[in-house]
Amino acid sequence: MSNLLLTAEKVGIQFGGLKAVQNVNMYLNKGELIGLIGPNGAGKTTTFNMLTGVYQPTEGTITFDGKKLNGLKPFQVTKLGISRTFQNIRLFKDLSVLDNVKVANHNLAKHSLLASILRLPSHFAGEAKMEKESIEFLKIFGLDVYKDELAKNLPYGMQRRLEIARALAANPKLLLLDEPAAGMNPQETHDLMELIAFIRKEFDLTILLIEHDMHLVMGICERIYVLDHGQLIADGTPEEIRNNPKVIEAYLGEEVID
Amino acid sequence: MEWLQQLVNGISLGSIYALIALGYTMVYGIIKLINFAHGDVFMLGAFIGFYAIARWDLGFFPALIISMLLCAIIGVIIERVAYKRLRNATRIAALITAIGVSLLIEYTVIFFRGASPEAYPEVLPNTSISILGASISSQSIMILAVTIVLMILLQFIVHKTKIGKAMRAVSHDADAARLMGINVDNTISATFAIGSALAGAAGVIFGVYYTRIEPLMGVLPGLKAFVAAVLGGIGSIPGAMVGGLVLGVVETIVSALGYSLWRDAAAFVILILILILKPSGIFGKNAREKV
Amino acid sequence: MKKSKAFWGFLVLALVIYAVVQGMISGGILDLYYQNILIQMCINIMLAVSLHIVIGVTGQFSIGHAGFMAVGAYISAIATMKLGLSLPVAIIMGAVISALAGLLVGIPSLRLKGDYLAIATLGFAEIIRIIFLNVDYVGGAAGMVVTNMTTWTYAFVGVVITILVIANFTNSRHGRGCISIREDEIASDAMGINTTYYKVVAFTIGSFFAGVAGAIYAHNFFIIQPTTFNFLKSFDILIYVVLGGLGSLSGATIAAIFLTIVSAYLANFPETRMIIYSLVLIIVMLYRPTGLMGTKEITSLFKFGKKGGSKV
Repeated sequence: MSNLLLTAEKVGIQFGGLKAVQNVNMYLNKGELIGLIGPNGAGKTTTFNMLTGVYQPTEGTITFDGKKLNGLKPFQVTKLGISRTFQNIRLFKDLSVLDNVKVANHNLAKHSLLASILRLPSHFAGEAKMEKESIEFLKIFGLDVYKDELAKNLPYGMQRRLEIARALAANPKLLLLDEPAAGMNPQETHDLMELIAFIRKEFDLTILLIEHDMHLVMGICERIYVLDHGQLIADGTPEEIRNNPKVIEAYLGEEVID
Repeated sequence: MEWLQQLVNGISLGSIYALIALGYTMVYGIIKLINFAHGDVFMLGAFIGFYAIARWDLGFFPALIISMLLCAIIGVIIERVAYKRLRNATRIAALITAIGVSLLIEYTVIFFRGASPEAYPEVLPNTSISILGASISSQSIMILAVTIVLMILLQFIVHKTKIGKAMRAVSHDADAARLMGINVDNTISATFAIGSALAGAAGVIFGVYYTRIEPLMGVLPGLKAFVAAVLGGIGSIPGAMVGGLVLGVVETIVSALGYSLWRDAAAFVILILILILKPSGIFGKNAREKV
Repeated sequence: MKKSKAFWGFLVLALVIYAVVQGMISGGILDLYYQNILIQMCINIMLAVSLHIVIGVTGQFSIGHAGFMAVGAYISAIATMKLGLSLPVAIIMGAVISALAGLLVGIPSLRLKGDYLAIATLGFAEIIRIIFLNVDYVGGAAGMVVTNMTTWTYAFVGVVITILVIANFTNSRHGRGCISIREDEIASDAMGINTTYYKVVAFTIGSFFAGVAGAIYAHNFFIIQPTTFNFLKSFDILIYVVLGGLGSLSGATIAAIFLTIVSAYLANFPETRMIIYSLVLIIVMLYRPTGLMGTKEITSLFKFGKKGGSKV
């Protein structure tokens, strides 16, 4: 059996006449932790959006776990096993912390619409199972004590963690994290790195993450892809990326890689 | 040549829709609000024109100008009192407020003067002119002429004057326009003033042409003008004109074919088809939500 | 199981209300005038709650709810008056056909968002009304004569079932799916919720119960006419939901009860009623756009003491 989980072949997208991303070739092996970096506006989030079905690529094919993703809607992609977080946190603000996770847990439950409306035993069993599983996820992230709070009332760092917990509850094989450490202080970032390493092992995950924090990326990723102006300009181990002249040029004036 | 006659009827009706649709489309373009009260400004315009002609014995043009001026003021008041606070509210809250304002205007008018209709006095000569064998009333031609003049005037304001440039800038990006020193509040008010003046003009023209006005007369033409705006591509000024004319002609054809009771449904069928097939309308641009 | 406690609490409350009102009717305290207001109240609650599931729960802005009420009213009237069926069968027929109409309208229009959806639903409702206006079989503009068959019991049972079904739906994984669409459609989609499916489900359930309300309404008066179901009726229903709180079932119910009473008092002053309605709508939107209850339910008001301690 192949160890390949996801491949993107010559993937690109046009908005009007503008080629936002073009000719991206990417592969992810099962169990890998991969970074996707690049200057602002390089097309990182657009790439995520194509991988998750939010945008349909106008060229190329994406294959996940042996299935073609082109043409699928986001919820179908999620059901196949890709789930994600968002750059600008998109929690269900007026739902409780617990309910946020339960929504993602939706597809793991079986009880039907009719069972819920008629309050059949399968409804109670299904809901109880969802509740139990969701609380388990919250515990991993230390959020179980806040389970009845509204998501919008959580502090910023907690909201970022809740988004990861929610993504995990959708039972993914591949987790896409869009700038998980954005806006966090060094201590929070450090904790997050450990947490990511932990969930990867615990849930047997493959993780692709976009991040601006180079410490985080260089510290935990096994391989890194670099996007600039919508094209992949480099890929390799952190050491190779650090010394790649193209990457240094792309980042010149942006931030220093150390 | 009955068809030519029907076509002229359709264009006359369509030009009234177009005048109302312009206000819808301009307001939507600038603050993304479906101003439900716009049809009621049209109704107020018709009544102002009626009182100007019947009570103060004014002619058509003075009545038209008074109606446009007063409607412009009313439009600005509605914007300042009800809509201004809603700039950052949800779209649903804004839409519900607009519905509220619409009902308030309608029933305040009914409260003060009753729901009975008025017969518009004849202020324009109504003789029939024979063109290509079709008999066309001089009123139709007059209406068309007034509409065309108003639309040219609007194009001039939007493209050649400072306030027009400001309007286009604000509708493109209000925050950027503000940073460039444009007074966004005044620009929005000016948009309401111009849109409402056009609705007022449409009201007077409607009264003269159809001779019967009543306090709920704005509801259906208002909705249909909105359909016209959507058809043309909401936010687009030429779109509103074309959409209005198309809708007027289609309705007239449906009536002429003997389905006059279905006439009102035609507008809504067009609306739904356009929303489902090409929501950006004939001249509109596609918008995409940022993720 | 706190959810099932609320369920039994609701049933007991419903039985108590029914027993008290029925007692007052039997004792002659409530005459026909008041009974009629009570039936009207029940109809309005059903309409409010059935729109609540579309707007309040799922966040899809429909302003054409009266169209589905019309379908329920006309279909049930055909069932009793033309086909000679009994009222319960007629109500179910009206509701099912109305749900089908909701499905037909919902599938194409729920792809639209916000303002566009609102206008599309309004357009569909007008088309439905114009169809009834043009069908001679149901009397056209003159309307259709319907025998008065509705009793307070029918209306009340209708309300209880409507509230139970919609509350049960909302407090389940399916309802949570709908709420997540209201909160953030893109995130909901990304979490694996089939947003189109759930929007259509909510819309269809809402149409079903609007149909029930329409059927009960049709048999409460002696005539139904297309003009009754114009968009002013849709706005009436909208006001219940907005005033009560977008997302609050109990809020919508309370608003429907309250506004039915206000309407009854202002029955001879329809303009005044509409002026008050519209002012209330504007003021609520300007100063409390979430409605009086927001997304809270009346039951949560009693839990405040317990919850205060765990603030982050």
